[in-house]
Amino acid sequence: MFHVKQYDVVVVGGGHAGTEAAAAAARRGAGVAFVTQSLAHIGTMSCNPSIGGLGKGHLVREVDALDGIMARAADDAGIHYRMLNRSKGLAVQGPRLQADRRCYRASVQRQLAAYNNIDLVEGEAVDLRLEGKRVTGIVLQDGSTVGASAVVLATGTFLGGKIFRGLDREAGGRIDERPSNLLGERLRELKLPMGRLKTGTPPRLDGRTIDWGRLDPQPSDDEAWRMSPMTRHDRLPQLACAITRTSAKTHDIIRAGLDTSPLYAGAIEGGGPRYCPSIEDKVHRFGDRDGHQIFLEPEGLDDHLVYPNGISTSLSAEVQDQMVRSVAGLESARIAQYGYAVEYDYIDPRALDHRLEMSELSGLLCAGQLNGTTGYEEAAAQGVIAGANAAAIALDLPPVIVDRARGYMGVMIDDLVLQGVSEPYRMLTARAEYRLALRADNAEARLSSWADDLGLLTPARWAHLEARTNMRTSATNGVRDRIDDDILREVEEDRRYAPYLQRQSDEIERMRLDGNIAILSDRITLAGVPGLSTEMIERLERASPKTLDEASRVRGVTPAAVAALWLHSRRKA
Amino acid sequence: MTDTIFALSSGRPPAAIAVVRVSGPQAGAAGQAIVGGALPPPRMAALRRLRDAEGETLDQALILFFPGPATATGEDLLELHLHGGRAVVAAIEQELARQPGLRLAEPGEFTRRALLKGRLDLAQAEGLADLLEAETDMQRRAALAMAEGGLSRLVTDWLDRLSMAAARVEAELDFGDEDEVERAAALDLPALVAPVHAEMIEMLARPPVERLRDGIVVVLAGPRNAGKSSLFNALLGRDAAIVTDIAGTTRDVLEASVVRAGIPFRLVDTAGLVEETADPVEAIGVARARSLLDMADVLLWLGEPADAPHGALRIGSRMDERQHEPSAFDHLLSIHDTRAIDALWAALSERAKTALGDGTTIVPHERHRALITSAAHELELIDGTDLLIDAEHLRLVNVALAAILGRDATEAMLDALFGRFCLGK
Repeated sequence: MFHVKQYDVVVVGGGHAGTEAAAAAARRGAGVAFVTQSLAHIGTMSCNPSIGGLGKGHLVREVDALDGIMARAADDAGIHYRMLNRSKGLAVQGPRLQADRRCYRASVQRQLAAYNNIDLVEGEAVDLRLEGKRVTGIVLQDGSTVGASAVVLATGTFLGGKIFRGLDREAGGRIDERPSNLLGERLRELKLPMGRLKTGTPPRLDGRTIDWGRLDPQPSDDEAWRMSPMTRHDRLPQLACAITRTSAKTHDIIRAGLDTSPLYAGAIEGGGPRYCPSIEDKVHRFGDRDGHQIFLEPEGLDDHLVYPNGISTSLSAEVQDQMVRSVAGLESARIAQYGYAVEYDYIDPRALDHRLEMSELSGLLCAGQLNGTTGYEEAAAQGVIAGANAAAIALDLPPVIVDRARGYMGVMIDDLVLQGVSEPYRMLTARAEYRLALRADNAEARLSSWADDLGLLTPARWAHLEARTNMRTSATNGVRDRIDDDILREVEEDRRYAPYLQRQSDEIERMRLDGNIAILSDRITLAGVPGLSTEMIERLERASPKTLDEASRVRGVTPAAVAALWLHSRRKA
Repeated sequence: MTDTIFALSSGRPPAAIAVVRVSGPQAGAAGQAIVGGALPPPRMAALRRLRDAEGETLDQALILFFPGPATATGEDLLELHLHGGRAVVAAIEQELARQPGLRLAEPGEFTRRALLKGRLDLAQAEGLADLLEAETDMQRRAALAMAEGGLSRLVTDWLDRLSMAAARVEAELDFGDEDEVERAAALDLPALVAPVHAEMIEMLARPPVERLRDGIVVVLAGPRNAGKSSLFNALLGRDAAIVTDIAGTTRDVLEASVVRAGIPFRLVDTAGLVEETADPVEAIGVARARSLLDMADVLLWLGEPADAPHGALRIGSRMDERQHEPSAFDHLLSIHDTRAIDALWAALSERAKTALGDGTTIVPHERHRALITSAAHELELIDGTDLLIDAEHLRLVNVALAAILGRDATEAMLDALFGRFCLGK
């Protein structure tokens, strides 16, 4: 009989979602076991060496406003800062930076180590411990059990992970790392609704073999903005990226090599991301274009690897070599690691509620790529929410739910749990209907006090927040001295859009009112609602909206069906 | 606890009979109180003497009781078929109002309750509203065009086309700085949305659907003593079915509703227009006449043809022929010449048909017009200078248009819907 060690919360998976989940649960006071196959890999960026972007930068700032880890780790590792959409309004500007992989990983591990209520556990989770319909812990490969009141699964692409390159395949969630097949099988046995998705990564180049002189350099932003307002130290030395393009010759090589593509040979069944397609997809779908941009992104200060952003691929190694060498500046480039596609299990997020808890299995929360999203930032944002709610379950604290008018995290989770996914979900500013109010630059103003009330902030953040809140008040009253530049800009932008924000507030109020109208979405109740078709009943049952407002956003649910639900709810009242 | 409501559900007294309905949990008790005993068995009609609290007989009436929920409102429902005199109805209403938990129904409240109890769906309720209001064949056809989803199709088409524009804006906002957006064609958003805006403006230029209900407004105008009142009477005099005859709120405006060739008309006879008057009362009358000119769908001008407002039908009398070329007038008539009056009516009907379409043209309701107006206004504000703000305007257009399709199940929407019902429906 193995000893069972009991925690409040167990987090499985050491990626961006898992890290934030463990830290958020710990900030709320939970004792956390953080379980991952390899402790050394915590904080690894498995794909591109950058953090942020359009929509994604909003998420990073929101995670930071909840005192998460990602933004400060990014600042600790930032070797190239670029504010995207700089020519447009602040609401759609996207902070993005290139991070030194080693520095990023070191910062994440250092920040986690500062939490004295997180135990790091190296091992593979192979099973869930269940008591009826309630999850009470996990079982490790060595047979030992880690008990907990709530379990957060953040296993990324590791469940049933399969790697494809050309006609080669191997089992794995990341190159050279084992998949978590046993846990994946177990979840399938539990009849959780699951599907397959795919994603991919480009080859990595040896930067010493790139002819940089021939390429357009893209320098880091002059202005010294940071991901987190907490960051006060100087930037690391800044590196330039460079831009090149594929050519007609590249496209010919890709077309000729398509028969070695697992995508086109039909080996991959999972849907891939439209927003981050592989180069073979781009060439196939946009055949009329004579070239696609490639951003050459350095992976670190002491690292000669370069990430060619824009040519994710799963073509065979030979085709990858030819393809790369057909690009200007890369004629004699050497591939240090070939690109590949990974296909993995995801959980239909409609099985989750807004706290990211599985409706059918209490105590089990899911976060990150496992829920069908793509990107570190999406994963991290879900991690914070799942971790905060896992702590809520364990310690009987209020739930942490961000609504669509409060933050991009709320928009994303609401989309996931009501609409589900048909391709890996990427955050876009277009998804946020209250976009003008939800800016990357005002995340702190929107979220930090709220997060403080929920016990998500550490003492270091309190002092910082108080100072910043005072500055904000002064700036609003016209003071300009001794106020952080970003707050001055924030207040100015608030003023600029004030008339629009005023109009949106009516809409938000309406949404929140509809959010107060509770509905039941079990089959029996739905069948008793006059005027609902069988199709509507099925769609509603799958997404199980709890309020009228949620029902109105379920994919394919008609206005007439919403009206019928509303009338029915009033009749009951 | 739900109020029990009552109202006269048949037409205005005096009439042969008047039906008063009582709906709600107290309907049975109220019935027993005024018949002074047991009600007849459910769904069986019986003659009963109705009395007030002092025992004085108010009327002898046929009464019916329908226990809920299998009733029109889904609640207990009492029907009193009274003698249709004004005093009888007033006395019964007074007595019902004295019963505990009873009050006079608001307009549309019976239908609203039917909807809330799931006895009707929204579409049926809208259809019922139209059906109850339809007085002419053209109204019936317009109601049908609406019911068959003509407006919904059009609005859906606008939404689709605008979503194409919105997609380009969003692509620019979300991917503009990250490659993958075709930069070849610069985005000219104002030009992209202009055709949809033009269609909205065209639709808004059509007379509101209320014209179908209330009638095409035909205003007779001109100087004093131009023969307006004679023509007014002549137009009403032959073959025209006079529906109502309402004296204007001021003594100098006379209005009559008429159905001619299946089209409802409101004929309005105005005060004579004078350039200047020192008499404040007359000044008000003249101002009123001028405002009526603005709301006229058809203006019959009986003054100097050269003074006729734009678009007016210039009417000349036989006597005028001596002073003017015949081509100066659209119609020359003598009020005793029935064929000339018929010809004028034919011209009015022609104008009305052009304005209203043949009944299959989509004519938006006031609620729809307000939403389309706001959508059109948002489109006008799109100027291509700040994509972010343009995108917000597009989003607001989308919200307004979606509300037409019913994605707006709010109290306000239901109030607007039920505001169309008369009391007792």
